[in-house]
This record gives sequence, structure tokens and C-alpha cells, in this order.
Amino acid sequence: MSANIPDPNQLPEQLPPAADRAIDAVVLTGPPVIEPEQAEQPAPADKGDTRHADRGTSLWGEAFQRMRRSPMAIVGAIIIALFIIVALLAPWIAPYGGEATPGRKLVTPTDIPGIGTPGYPLGLDNFGGDVLSKLIWGARSSLLVGVISTCIGLLGGMLLGALAGGFGGWVDTVIMRVVDILLSVPNLLMAVSIAAIAGQTPFAIMIAIGAAQIPVFARLLRSSMLQQRGADYVLAAQTLGLSRSKITMSHLLPNATGPVIVQATLALATAVIDAAALSFLGLGGGVPQTAEWGRMLTVAQNFLSSAPQLAFLPGLCIAITALGFTLLGESLRESLDPKARKR
Amino acid sequence: MLRFIAKRLGLLVITLVGLSLLLFMWVRALPGGPATAMLGEKATPEAIEAINKAYGFDRPVWEQYFTYISKVMVGDFGNSTQSQRPVLQQFADQFPATAELAFFAILFAVLIGIPLGYWAARHYGKWQDNTSVILSLLGVVIPVFFLAFILKWIFAVELGWLPTDGRQDIRLDATHYTNFYVFDGLITGEFDAAWDAFKHLILPGIALGSIPLAIITRITRAAVLEVQGADYVRTAKAKGMTNKILRKRFILRNAMLPVATTVGLQLGLLFAGAVLTETVFAFQGIGYGIAQAISNADYPVLQAYIIFIALIYAVINLVVDLLYGVIDPRVRVK
Repeated sequence: MSANIPDPNQLPEQLPPAADRAIDAVVLTGPPVIEPEQAEQPAPADKGDTRHADRGTSLWGEAFQRMRRSPMAIVGAIIIALFIIVALLAPWIAPYGGEATPGRKLVTPTDIPGIGTPGYPLGLDNFGGDVLSKLIWGARSSLLVGVISTCIGLLGGMLLGALAGGFGGWVDTVIMRVVDILLSVPNLLMAVSIAAIAGQTPFAIMIAIGAAQIPVFARLLRSSMLQQRGADYVLAAQTLGLSRSKITMSHLLPNATGPVIVQATLALATAVIDAAALSFLGLGGGVPQTAEWGRMLTVAQNFLSSAPQLAFLPGLCIAITALGFTLLGESLRESLDPKARKR
Repeated sequence: MLRFIAKRLGLLVITLVGLSLLLFMWVRALPGGPATAMLGEKATPEAIEAINKAYGFDRPVWEQYFTYISKVMVGDFGNSTQSQRPVLQQFADQFPATAELAFFAILFAVLIGIPLGYWAARHYGKWQDNTSVILSLLGVVIPVFFLAFILKWIFAVELGWLPTDGRQDIRLDATHYTNFYVFDGLITGEFDAAWDAFKHLILPGIALGSIPLAIITRITRAAVLEVQGADYVRTAKAKGMTNKILRKRFILRNAMLPVATTVGLQLGLLFAGAVLTETVFAFQGIGYGIAQAISNADYPVLQAYIIFIALIYAVINLVVDLLYGVIDPRVRVK
């Protein structure tokens, strides 16, 4: 393994097929779950690999270096950066409020002004709301739902996974049995049923999407921790007489989070799509003119023939945002993959 | 083999009982309980009282669960609070619709996905490969219901080639024995009815099949790439096998193993994914039933349908595992 081996991201066509396989085999099997064997990380002090000794980069530092060279990661990062900026600056850049209907006098049931209307660059919707403003406010609510629900899934899943992986024994058995039961229901259906039972509010949607992600995160962290348990550095820590909780918290957990973080990035894409799906099914609550991409699509279906742009624009926003998170997640996975790293 | 099936079925029963318990607790753990959920926030205490009495929500939870389970054992899942029809009967009406749709969707995904993935792998790193990778990425990030809208708008509203919604034109007054409309049309000889039902399947089928299509393409590509580089393929090539035999017996046969699992898994997921597609096309299957149950707070239907879908999902997975032994002699259970 010498310093002049080319980076696989730059020369994909020269790679033997097997090099790509580790990544492909797990890509886009949404809801994406990372196979533990592909998520394994090398022991921290790999003396055989002197390539990066001069740089002295950590696993994450190196992953970042690799991502900077991947066009997939750059496109994903740009999309996400734009999305976050728009969402955060919504009150300042949106011409009108999210539920405002400035153009209600211009709209009749048969005539909805489309793209290019003076004063309303992307036209009006059937309530007389400014479509551009609603898309901008919609970004804000998507970001909010995405981040909060993924945090719920992440925290819940990590707690369960860490308990199962850390304690083992009957704790592990009980937790994993419950996780198996939850995994026996398709993800979207679970989110739908939780949201339906919990009442129709935006908060219920966040909980539903987050809770539906918990089993995946729990299983992922557990298997990742189990894999680390046999590693040499854990044996070393045990030999030194460190307590079990100390080993779990400061050795196993930090080394097992890689796949979980990749999964969280991909889960953000799922969360944005699922949030739109749930509010499309009418589970979001609120008034019909709420500035939410999924809700805008629901309303738009009644005007498909007269104003198709009302469905196209929010749909496009959902797809582009999801694409951004997916690209970022996939390239993060690639950069953290030890099989790709070693080449 | 029988022991394997028995063990899996045992696990399945435990899972379903656990799931029903979780669902049951979840409905009752909410503030106000199911009565508030059914009547809405503004319900009067008297009305809540009446509902609690009528449905037995005032009894202890374990007693309610026991009553529920013992009724379920004899096939009584309660009545829909909306139509007052037995839930099981409603499910029996709607299931064939979704089964027909899911079958069509998976057929579409397999017939396009496998050749596309194979084609991409044969041209690894070239434009064909990149196209398939981008297509499969798009298939996953475009929301199903958005794709359903686009298809409906282009092919049903603008071009008028295909029907916008429903399962069959009611004016045809077709005879239905099994509720599989295409099949019914074929066995009764009403070929125009079968053709009409088939036309109603095309758009929702394509929309529903988009995610499996993307995933099957991706998995096929990865599997073919892996097998192509395997030692036994190289050995076979060195022994002078013709390309045709090499592709058919060595590459395709082995590459199909992970693909088969994926197809099964995806088929199971389609029964849940149908909620969105069926809503857009007003296609009266179980997904449509769930959407209706949600908007009407029809808990007996919702609760039973979730369990049914989990059951379908598990049974399909079991069948896939068994089929796996048929196509791959190496993993056959002794």
C-alpha cells in the first residue's frame, strides 16, 4: 500500500468491479440499512498504513478529505446548504407570510395565475397565496420536521441499541425482540399509524417519523457495537481493568457511531419524503393553506388540469431536498468505508 | 424443513401477538383514550362516557385485550365504526385489488429493473452505467405520490389515454367472482372488462413500482458486478466456456440470489406503500381503506389492517426464504 495509489473516486472506471460492490450492495435499499460488515472500522492505530502518517488525520478528518474530492458529496452539500439557508432566512427572503393570501382577488376557481404573474414570480395558488413564499416557508417546516424527527429516532435508537449492545444478556434479548416486532411493520405504515392515532398535528408527524426510525437505529448501533466488542483495543481495555460501563461509553460507543451517522443523514431524506407523505394523507393538521410541501400537493390534486404547476413545484422541492441528503449520506458512507479507504 | 417452517410460523405468531398488544396499548395510552380520538377534542363528557360504555373502554386494559384477542381467534376483528361492516369482510373485498396492483407493480419493476441492472453492469463505468445509477437514484428520491400525480396529469388528464381513477369503469357492469378484476374478466369471458381493469392498473402500477424498480436495478447491477469478478467465473472462462454459457449459468444464476430476496422484500413493502398510490388514484384497495380509516378515525379497521399487512409482509418473507433454498442449493435447510 503505497502513497501513489489513485483515489477511487477520481478513477472509477479503472476500479475492479469488486471495489465498488461494497458500496453498491447497500446503496438505495431504502429504508437504507447499513450492513454491519461493511460498516466496520479499522482499529485506530493501523501501523501498516503509513500513507497518512504525515497528515495525522483522524478517521473523520480523512473522510472529510475524501468527500471534498467527490462530486456527489459536493452537489449534495450545495443542495443541503441552500435548503438550510432558505429555511433559516425564510422570514426575510419570503415576500409574504406562509399562510398569507395576498392575491386572493386575482384568483377565481377556473383561473389561477401561473408562473410569471407580475408580483408573484411563481404564480398564485387557489387560495391566492404566493407560491414562491409558500415554497420558502415549506422549506422551513420540512427542515424542522426532518431534524426533529431524525433526532427522536437517533436518540431513541441509540439509547436502545447502546443498552442492548452494552449489557447483552436478557436486556439484549428483550430489546431486540421488541425491535424485531417493530421492524415487522413497514416503516411508512408504522409512521402512518402512529400519526393517525396520536392526533393530527405537526408534532404528531415528527414523533411518528422519528419513532418509526428508532428500530433501525437501535439494530444498527447494536450490531456495530457487537462487532467492535471483539476488537483488540477492547481486549486491551478489559485487561487494564476498566469497568464495563467505561468500556461501553468511551470505547465501544464512539467507535460504533460511524454507520449510525451515515444512516442519520439518509434518514433525513426519508423524513422529508415521509413528512410530505403524512401531510399529504391529511395527518398534519392545520388549515388547508398551510405552507407545507406535502400539503400543497394535496390541495393541488384538485387543480391538476387547470394549474399543474401547483403540484410540480412542491414535488420538485421535496425530490431535490431528498436528493441532497441522499447524495451526502451515500458519499459519507463511501468515505467511511474501510474497504474503499484502504485502496 | 418442516421444523424450519414450524419455527418461523411460531415466531410469526409471537410477533403478531406482540404487535397487536403494542397497537392496543398505544391507542389506550393517549390522553383522553380512544373515545376522545374518535369524537375529537371538543367531545362532551357524556358522549365520551357513552362511547366508553359501548366499546368497553372503561374496563381494565388487560381485560379489554383479552376480549379482543379471543374474538380475533374466531375471526372477529370488530366492525368498522364508519360502515358498520365487519372489518374482515371489508378486508376481503379490498385485498384482491391491492394484490393485483402490487403484482403488476412488481412485475413492472422486475421486467425493467433486472435487464437494466444487468445492462449497466455489462457496461460498467460507461454512460449506460451512469444512466442507470442516476435513474435508480431518482426513483428513490421522487416521492411516490408526486410521481403518481405526474403520471396522472400527463397520461390521464392531458392525453386522456388511460383512466384517472378507480378499478374499472362502472358502466361495464362486469361480473365479479373473486374480486381480482382482471382475472374475473378473463374467466367470465368479458374480455373488455378485463382489458378495462388492466388499463386501470397501468398508472398506479408504474407509480407504485418506481421504488422497487430503482432498488432492483441497483441490486442487480451490484450483484452482476460482484459475480463477474468471482474466481469461479474466471476459472470457467479459462476453461474455455462460451460467453453464452458463462452469462446464463454462471453469472446470471448466481447474481439472481440477492435479487430474489430483494424482490420478495419489496413486494411485501408494496402493500404498505400502496396507501399513497391508491389514494391518488382512488383505487379501492387496502391502502385506500387505511387512508379512509385514518380520516374517519376508524380504529377497528386501522388496528386490524396494520396487523394484516404485517402478516402479509412476514408471510412473503417466509416464502422468499423457502424459495431461496430452491434457487440456491448451498443454503438448503437439512
